[in-house]
Amino acid sequence: MSAHPMLKVEGLHAAYGKIVALRGVDVEVAKGEIVTLIGANGAGKSTLMMSICGTPRAKAGQILFDGEDITTTPTHLIMRKGIAQSPEGRRIFARMTVMENLQMGASLVDEQYFDEDLNKVFDLFPRLKERSAQRGGTLSGGEQQMLAIGRALMSRPKMLMLDEPSLGLAPLIVKQIFEAVRELNRNEGLTVFFVEQNAFHALKLAHRGYVLVNGEITMTGTGAELLKREDVRAAYLEGGAH
Amino acid sequence: MEYFIQQLINGLTLGSIYGLIAIGYTMVYGIIGMINFAHGDIFTVGAYVALAVILLLGISGATGATMLVLALLLVLVISMVFTAVWGWTVERIAYRPLRGSFRLAPLITAIGMSIVLQNFIQVTQGARVKPIQPIISGGIPLFDGRSDGGIIVQLSWMQLLIIVSTFVLMVGFTFLITKTALGRSQRACEQDQKMAALLGVDVDKTISLTFVMGAALAAVAGLMFLLLYGVLDFYIGFLAGIKAFTAAVLGGIGSLPGAMLGGIVLGLIEVFWSAYFSVEYKDVAAFSILAIVLIFMPSGLLGKPEVEKV
Ligand SMILES: Nc1ncnc2c1ncn2[C@@H]1O[C@H](COP(=O)(O)OP(=O)(O)OP(=O)(O)O)[C@@H](O)[C@H]1O
Ligand SMILES: [Mg+2]
Repeated sequence: MSAHPMLKVEGLHAAYGKIVALRGVDVEVAKGEIVTLIGANGAGKSTLMMSICGTPRAKAGQILFDGEDITTTPTHLIMRKGIAQSPEGRRIFARMTVMENLQMGASLVDEQYFDEDLNKVFDLFPRLKERSAQRGGTLSGGEQQMLAIGRALMSRPKMLMLDEPSLGLAPLIVKQIFEAVRELNRNEGLTVFFVEQNAFHALKLAHRGYVLVNGEITMTGTGAELLKREDVRAAYLEGGAH
Repeated sequence: MEYFIQQLINGLTLGSIYGLIAIGYTMVYGIIGMINFAHGDIFTVGAYVALAVILLLGISGATGATMLVLALLLVLVISMVFTAVWGWTVERIAYRPLRGSFRLAPLITAIGMSIVLQNFIQVTQGARVKPIQPIISGGIPLFDGRSDGGIIVQLSWMQLLIIVSTFVLMVGFTFLITKTALGRSQRACEQDQKMAALLGVDVDKTISLTFVMGAALAAVAGLMFLLLYGVLDFYIGFLAGIKAFTAAVLGGIGSLPGAMLGGIVLGLIEVFWSAYFSVEYKDVAAFSILAIVLIFMPSGLLGKPEVEKV
């Protein structure tokens, strides 16, 4: 692990009222690293992604981003430090056009970069270009997923967080997205932290991975190491390795 | 025929004022889903501040045209600043702390806020009506129907001013909401506050600005009301507020063009009903039509149909 982590989560506890979702999670993501988080349904993966962004707030523990303590920082200020998230459920603005959704993603970026960034997103998802005047709520599920990822990219983040980016997408598109993530990481040094159901693809793409069980990290290691482990294969790869 | 056109002009004028107030209701409802009952009283505040500044500056019907325009603009700016501060404060102290609590809580404080504002004005300004001398008089005679027993149809300068400035404000406002970054942020907060925050939008600030904008428009309506009718009392905001709220619902609450359309429709109904039937029943007529429209179009004339997935 690098001496200067981009993200450092220590002993994080989070809950929804009385329902405890995270019980002392430690996670580190180094600058320029791709890290994945795998775990069963309800393990707390989305909660971890969201509570890094301040909602729900950490009940205990500490979150550092780029060396700064963001544990109690308001959500919009956390994002302004250079985090972007494509959240669970996509959360597309249904009554805005595709273009407006992308503009919302670029809210914090100097306007001079807009055209350049837009072209990058359209190169990645030509589908979005065709649909740019259509309202977000009328896109298909897969198109919405593309839009959510494109919107996150529009903010020129230092760290990109993706919650199940492959959900609802055709295998070919998933391949494209993973390829794009790898390229952004390689060429621009983008740090990526993502949740994935398809643990096989996720662990192949990621440098390192964490396994979350019932609100606690139970295993961690490089992608290759985790892929080799029998318990990981049994729990998360059955039927996933295709 | 002449009578009809005259009533049309009168209806449009009244409708413009309702529409401007209705925008405040509809925007606040759109963004935080609550009815800001104190909005009508913000309109009263706007009218009273305008009255005070007019008296202070000594503006009257005798003021020269150029001076009059400048002076009224100054009145408007001062009144807008005042109501904006009121609107901001009401949100900050009475509504924001209750955000996230059960739905009726902010509604109850809103009614409380309305009563507080009304009583404040009553105590500081007195309960009696305050008249002013007409400041803008005269108009353009459109046509003279007297030769065959009709009347002169006149578009007064005041009516022209109200209709034109409402139109200009609407165009500017529509641009603001649909084309600017601020407008986009407002619409984003309307649809999903959490996601807006995840994109770096300061949700609290955006909500505050929405109150400020609505309040500033209420000040415009307040000044118009004062110049048009020449009398104020502490109660005008309650009645105008209920009417404007009705207009917002009629047009489809949450929709900006709907608020304007609702205001104009309501103004026309009131004026025409009074002109052809009886003044006493104008409110009954207005609310009956509201009821009928809502039976057939539950989300109002221009309300958003819910067809999206997500
Ligand atoms: N808004 C909420 N209110 C109450 N409980 C919640 C809420 N969101 C999540 N939970 C609970 O917190 C736990 C963790 O949920 P979370 O969404 O983080 O799981 P996940 O690992 O992302 O699951 P999945 O793979 O199904 O997306 C679950 O038990 C869930 O029921
Ligand atoms: Mg999840």
